[in-house]
Amino acid sequence: MRPAMQFVDTASRFECDIQVANDDTLVDAKSIMQMTMLAAICGTRLRIIARGRDAAAAIAALRDLVEVKMFGETPATQGNADRSER
Amino acid sequence: MEIRKGIAVSPGIAIARAMVIDSRDYRIPRRSIMPSQRAREVARVEEAFDRAIQQLNALQQAQAGREDQIKDIFAVHARFLNDRSFRKRITDYVESELVTAEYAVSTILREIASHFAGMGDEYISERAADIYDIERRLLTQLLGDVRQEVEHLQEEVVIVAHELTPTQTAGFNKTFVKGFATEAGGRTSHTAIIARSLGLPAVVALEDVTSCVTTESTVIIDGNRGVVIIDPDEQTLEEYRNYAVELTRFEVELSSIRDKPAITRDGVEVQLLGNIEFPNEASMAKEKGAVGIGLYRTEFLYLYSGTEPAEEDHYEAYAEVARHFEGQPVVIRTMDLGADKLPYSVRHPGEANPVLGLRSIRYCLQNLIMFKTQLRAILRASVLGDIRVMFPMISNLQELRQAKMILRDVMEDLDEYAVPYNPDIKVGIMVETPSAALTASLLAPDCDFFSIGTNDLIQYTLAVDRGNEHVATLYSAADPAVFYLLRSVIHDAYKAKIGLSVCGEVASDPEYIMLLLGMGVRTLSLAPPMIPEVKQIIRSVTIKECNHLARKVGTMDSQRQIKNFLRDATTRIIPEAF
Repeated sequence: MRPAMQFVDTASRFECDIQVANDDTLVDAKSIMQMTMLAAICGTRLRIIARGRDAAAAIAALRDLVEVKMFGETPATQGNADRSER
Repeated sequence: MEIRKGIAVSPGIAIARAMVIDSRDYRIPRRSIMPSQRAREVARVEEAFDRAIQQLNALQQAQAGREDQIKDIFAVHARFLNDRSFRKRITDYVESELVTAEYAVSTILREIASHFAGMGDEYISERAADIYDIERRLLTQLLGDVRQEVEHLQEEVVIVAHELTPTQTAGFNKTFVKGFATEAGGRTSHTAIIARSLGLPAVVALEDVTSCVTTESTVIIDGNRGVVIIDPDEQTLEEYRNYAVELTRFEVELSSIRDKPAITRDGVEVQLLGNIEFPNEASMAKEKGAVGIGLYRTEFLYLYSGTEPAEEDHYEAYAEVARHFEGQPVVIRTMDLGADKLPYSVRHPGEANPVLGLRSIRYCLQNLIMFKTQLRAILRASVLGDIRVMFPMISNLQELRQAKMILRDVMEDLDEYAVPYNPDIKVGIMVETPSAALTASLLAPDCDFFSIGTNDLIQYTLAVDRGNEHVATLYSAADPAVFYLLRSVIHDAYKAKIGLSVCGEVASDPEYIMLLLGMGVRTLSLAPPMIPEVKQIIRSVTIKECNHLARKVGTMDSQRQIKNFLRDATTRIIPEAF
């Protein structure tokens, strides 16, 4: 659960509303329950949608966590973040 | 109105509001609430979350600096507990479905867990275990407030639960708890023993009784007939109120024989001793007419404090009882628990078959420091009266000799420090395994007395788990196998000229008193509230007719035949008991 935890922690640092989508499921990025239930396993494509004042910064931070820091784990646990909306 | 039939384990009638105690280890049944209780249940959910968070913060601080999985687990729990949408899902469920906080927590978490379990990915489905942990954490809080409530009751209630643990019953406010109804258990379960020692009516083996009561339900517990009635109608209530009055009158009648001796019509005296669990029951035992304590269970010392009892804790508990029974026997049974029951024992690996496992004297012989602590306290208390020591669950002569050798070691230690004790303290054993019963003649020379523990003896002899409601009906003292074993143990005790008593539940069962007397038993140790009734039976019979009855039972070949025969005989002597 560590990746989900890190993701939620990062998202929670921002004021804006952040949602994550995986195919057709849309959940609140700040809720650990919803994030873990999203079932993002290794290699899943995630869409991050942020709305609000610091939305751009939030997207950047989450993208950084997923694509650059890779949750501090091996490259195998990798997802892709790709879109933002304002 | 709903009527449920179970097993009657402690007599009397109780009529009161139901207080349901769920168990976090069993499925929480769906229980409805009134719309007016909605706000209260939602508040309970909120409080459970808040307290769980506080508890978790404290735990996390204690673990600070550690970089390991435990910390990770706490971190996951903390994030869930702080997740507003998670909490809201539970409170919404309470509001929309009108169910208890416990049921909502359990249902929602299980929904989430089964979602994980069904995902197929191993890493994620393992997370279901985390979710169950969170469920337990929240339920612990919710059940904790129920426990608080039971400790601080302001009105009379009857307790309805799956099964009660010693820790739970120890905390009950006994002024307001009027009776028990549980789903699990048999005549000799913890609930049954506690109920009898408190003199409260109880019915067990009631299948799914916790799911058919609400906190608003009025419940009648009929501990004579083994019936529980939920939300009775006016007529039933009235009938039961009258019945209760009648029973009380019978009890008052019995109490008048308190100071009369337990002596048969043809002049044979029988010694009636009390079985107790807590030191403060000694006064009640005395009041009911016990002329000593035949079985002082010491497990409470190990169960209720959470830490291993110190020698002084033991000593105080023994001294208190000794003071009530100056010059009369007080038989202290050494620790009789399985390792799995000890709350502070270092993570004991689960046993596939705890009843046949490391328990009782076996555990003591492997944990000598603990065992010696208890023996030292018993020996120190032995100067205060006629204190005797009894080893439980002895299954062969080596075990008995080993236990006695340790007792002598402790005596030598005491000699060294010139601590006074009774060097001639009487040492006996519980005869409660078939092997001990069959080899009683070999064990007798090393014993001052036998006490037949029929509960375990029957369980082991008939291979029936008395706590399992599905087979509990097979458990019966009226089995010919049990009769043969008892007869041979009694014979061996007589031959070796050592003391003999029966301390199991049969000693308090009106139907078995004549049989035991007829088999030669002259000392019975039983739950104090039952003493007056048993004394009444003894005073109504002659040994001659008891002997005749026992001989007749010896010719019978089935449980049912023996049971019916004994029941008929007892009904003729003391019809009020049925």
